[in-house]
Amino acid sequence: MTASTIELPVAADDHRIARYAAAAIALSVAEAALPSPLPGIKPGLANIIVLVVLARHGWREAAWVSLLRVLAGSLAIGQFLAPGFFLALAGAVCSLAVLALAAALPARWFGPVSASVLAAFAHVGGQLLLARAWLVPHDGVFYLLPLFATAALVFGTINGLIAARLLAEPAPRECVS
Amino acid sequence: MNERLPEGLRELFQAAVGPGHGPWRGLFRPGDWLLVLLSAALVAASYPLLWRGGVADRAIVKRDGQVVTELALNTPRRYEVEGAIGTTVIEVQPGRARVLSDPGPRQYCVQQGWLTRANAVAICAPNHVTLQLGGRGGAHAGYDSINY
Repeated sequence: MTASTIELPVAADDHRIARYAAAAIALSVAEAALPSPLPGIKPGLANIIVLVVLARHGWREAAWVSLLRVLAGSLAIGQFLAPGFFLALAGAVCSLAVLALAAALPARWFGPVSASVLAAFAHVGGQLLLARAWLVPHDGVFYLLPLFATAALVFGTINGLIAARLLAEPAPRECVS
Repeated sequence: MNERLPEGLRELFQAAVGPGHGPWRGLFRPGDWLLVLLSAALVAASYPLLWRGGVADRAIVKRDGQVVTELALNTPRRYEVEGAIGTTVIEVQPGRARVLSDPGPRQYCVQQGWLTRANAVAICAPNHVTLQLGGRGGAHAGYDSINY
């Protein structure tokens, strides 16, 4: 994490959050065009951005980016307040909660891949719990758990690797315009 | 094909597939390996746990809700049960059972074919006869095939 030695005006991290959120929104809109064998199984590429923000700027900004992404992304693809929006929100909230815990893991042993996999599982868990409580009030939804968990593991690992790769690059310079 | 790639992409390509340092593997920290392998094991373990009903080991035949007989699913045999409008014939083979014939007008329970999973049910309503498979436990022993 880069502790800034200079005092930035408040507007600077607002700009930064907006830029990262824009990237996350673009990824989630692009991803909405991908066909999926099962509703709910998606790569979740926008979470790469959340992971990068978490590592570079801490949990608070990651939460901003993630929640803005859910809100504006659903507006962009016309899903705002549709069931998919609430599922995405539940997933985002759960994975943010887990990321807050994962950030406490010793960085020497656990990197972005761990954070990503844990967050992906939390995402799936949050969505399934909400779906169980609200959309499909029957334990039958849990039959899908192995499929969702597999997707979470695969995409969580890949997203984590991409985030780790991006984090290995030097951070972009802040350009306050 | 390398020459046709733009500068930046070529660099990324070479970093990704270049010999020697294996950059992707380098992005895993020790705990990451542990976590990914552990989760993979858990995910693999969740498949049989959640996806398979219990293995069926007996066929339960009921008339008017009362158990008429329980047939073990290990030897082939036929069983006839007298119902309200005639005789329903149950056929059992190792691991599965079906309603072979039934006097009901629509033959739903016959057309359902072989039942193989625990808690699967074939109901011959006109004749008041049901055939249900029973099994040991399973993750969802409380559910039968009527549950949605």
